[in-house]
Amino acid sequence: MKPQRVKAVAKKEYLHIIRDPRSLIMGLALPMLLIFMFGYALTLDVDNVPLIVWDQSETPASRDFISRFDGSRYFSLKSYARNYRDIERAINRRDALVALVVPVDFGRRVEAGRRATVQAIVDGSDSNTATIALGYAENIVRLYGRDVALEKARRLAGVLPRPPLDIRPRVWFNADMVSRNAIVPGLIAVIMMVIAALLTSLTVAREWETGTMEQLIATPLKGSELILGKLIPYFGIGLIDLALAVLVGRFAFAVPLRGELWLLLGMALIFLFGALSLGMLISIVGKSQFVASQFALVATLLPAFLLSGFVFPIANMPRFLQIFTHIIPARYFVTILRGIYLKGVGLTMLWQEAALLAVFGGLVWLVAVKKFRKKIE
Amino acid sequence: MPESNNTYAVTLTDLSKSFGDFVAVNRVSLDVKKGEIFGFLGPNGAGKSTTIRMLCGILPPSGGSGTVAGFDISREAEEIKKNIGYMSQRFSLYEDLTVEENIDFYSGIYRIPAEKKRQRKEWVIEMAGLEERRRSRTATLSGGWKQRLALGCAILHEPPIIFLDEPTSGVDPISRRNFWDLIYRLAGQGVTVFVTTHYMDEAEYCDRLGLIYRGELIALGTPGELKTRRMNEEIVEVVCDRPQQAMGLIEALPFVRHAALFGRGLHVVVERASAAIPAITEKLVAAGYEGVRPEQIVPSLEDVFVSLIEARDRAEAPQREFAR
Repeated sequence: MKPQRVKAVAKKEYLHIIRDPRSLIMGLALPMLLIFMFGYALTLDVDNVPLIVWDQSETPASRDFISRFDGSRYFSLKSYARNYRDIERAINRRDALVALVVPVDFGRRVEAGRRATVQAIVDGSDSNTATIALGYAENIVRLYGRDVALEKARRLAGVLPRPPLDIRPRVWFNADMVSRNAIVPGLIAVIMMVIAALLTSLTVAREWETGTMEQLIATPLKGSELILGKLIPYFGIGLIDLALAVLVGRFAFAVPLRGELWLLLGMALIFLFGALSLGMLISIVGKSQFVASQFALVATLLPAFLLSGFVFPIANMPRFLQIFTHIIPARYFVTILRGIYLKGVGLTMLWQEAALLAVFGGLVWLVAVKKFRKKIE
Repeated sequence: MPESNNTYAVTLTDLSKSFGDFVAVNRVSLDVKKGEIFGFLGPNGAGKSTTIRMLCGILPPSGGSGTVAGFDISREAEEIKKNIGYMSQRFSLYEDLTVEENIDFYSGIYRIPAEKKRQRKEWVIEMAGLEERRRSRTATLSGGWKQRLALGCAILHEPPIIFLDEPTSGVDPISRRNFWDLIYRLAGQGVTVFVTTHYMDEAEYCDRLGLIYRGELIALGTPGELKTRRMNEEIVEVVCDRPQQAMGLIEALPFVRHAALFGRGLHVVVERASAAIPAITEKLVAAGYEGVRPEQIVPSLEDVFVSLIEARDRAEAPQREFAR
């Protein structure tokens, strides 16, 4: 490989990029759009679930019970119902996701220390949110029940007894359990994978389409020189994207970066090498910009989104899919980014993922160089 | 063989290329001497570009063999690429780059040494007449400029052999003239030029010509040889009014092979001019033409090629009929 040729190709490719508004939009504006869009839209936290209440009891006890819901950050009381038709209408209009029906005898039974029943109606059309909301509701009810029991015991004994069991949960690494803190690092991985492969998927195919490749393959330029030269400016774009994403994560979403910045940079370089080479390989095999970009999008977006552990935990997947995720490079990068971002871990914890990414990059690079032939088919 | 390597820049033996059932180039054999301007002629789709691509090592041949600059076109394609300049039919520089950036790119690719780079760049810019446009995007240049720049980039590394695939198509006549002046200058420096064209006037500029038709080489020789020796027929020129109508009358005569409009008159291909001239005169006078004086003329290259192609079609027609 001759540095002079690689340099000439890199310079030429850089000029193409800065003169083509399309590639600048795709390389810089699109990733920003994605990170903002997903960053805001893709939250897995269930907060402020709209609630409608039919309080048949209308006693201090029932009002106290309802205030426990409204007072928590999980529910927000939207309206009161007078009958089931009100509830049905509210759920159909999605004014409410959960309805609470407090029976007439609720106050009486609670006062008397007898078992009281409340009805919760949940909109199951969004089953994930419904399950989570129901979990919150059960928790509130359990706490309320415990408090009622303790209060009763206090009145009888004159002192507040200790509850028999007291769980004190501690969440590490993401203490507030804000899903955005886990989503933003994963999102960076997905976006970099997609953009890197998409950008490079155009470059070789474009030269075949415009006819400039015919001139190039009649020169002594080697395939490896051409591919490396073409990759270099895209490394630059990838790193700018990374920097922007880190800044947006920090300042727009308040996601702290706990680990070392240089480690993040190094890992991103290894990852970019594989992702860019993959796009290049697709471009070499596809030979048409349209085919190559479509294929690059499908080959990177879906696996990076669905199988990287970014949204759906890999441990919950069927066994064969779990095995399959091992060949998805984004999987390792998601792990690495979350490790650096949330846990602040170092290379000692991440070297395995880094090595696998390097192997992936090396393999794809070799195949791309091998597949690139200086011949017209 | 060592001697032939020194004399010939290109040698081809039965070179063939098929794409599926379609035979694009069929057993072409020819040699091109060093320092020669060799013209490769033929109608569109005859196999000119396919042949030139095989010579440049960018299209693997399906059969036969060949050498360029002493290197085998199948096995040593990369060695060939160091010794040639190639200008493809389509404009193949980067339109979004400026004149200078394109030149710099190709100097990098050809690894022109730093001390020579400036001088070569200025040479190309001057040769192409682009002193005023050196910072213009290539897309904004006219056809003649683009083509001279493309040639300049293809020969930055001063290759001993250059391949030009229809370099002057779509270029105005003045620019074509300038381009050929350039080719002569290069040939004068000992560079071998292998050029395809379908312009007959350009064919006259070449030292030697090969005519390719439907993938087969049907004639090979200097322009003079082709005009005097390759024609079995003779040409009669008829200058008259209403030539379109006269053509119909003449083609009806039994000994006339073919008649074609040519400038202000007709070129009539006949077996023997001495017998044909009186007969043509008689026919036209009978039809009311006045002052018609048919004359035998030396065939132009175009006459030669039209005649050779027609002869080939006549010879192949029964075979094709049979094959059906």
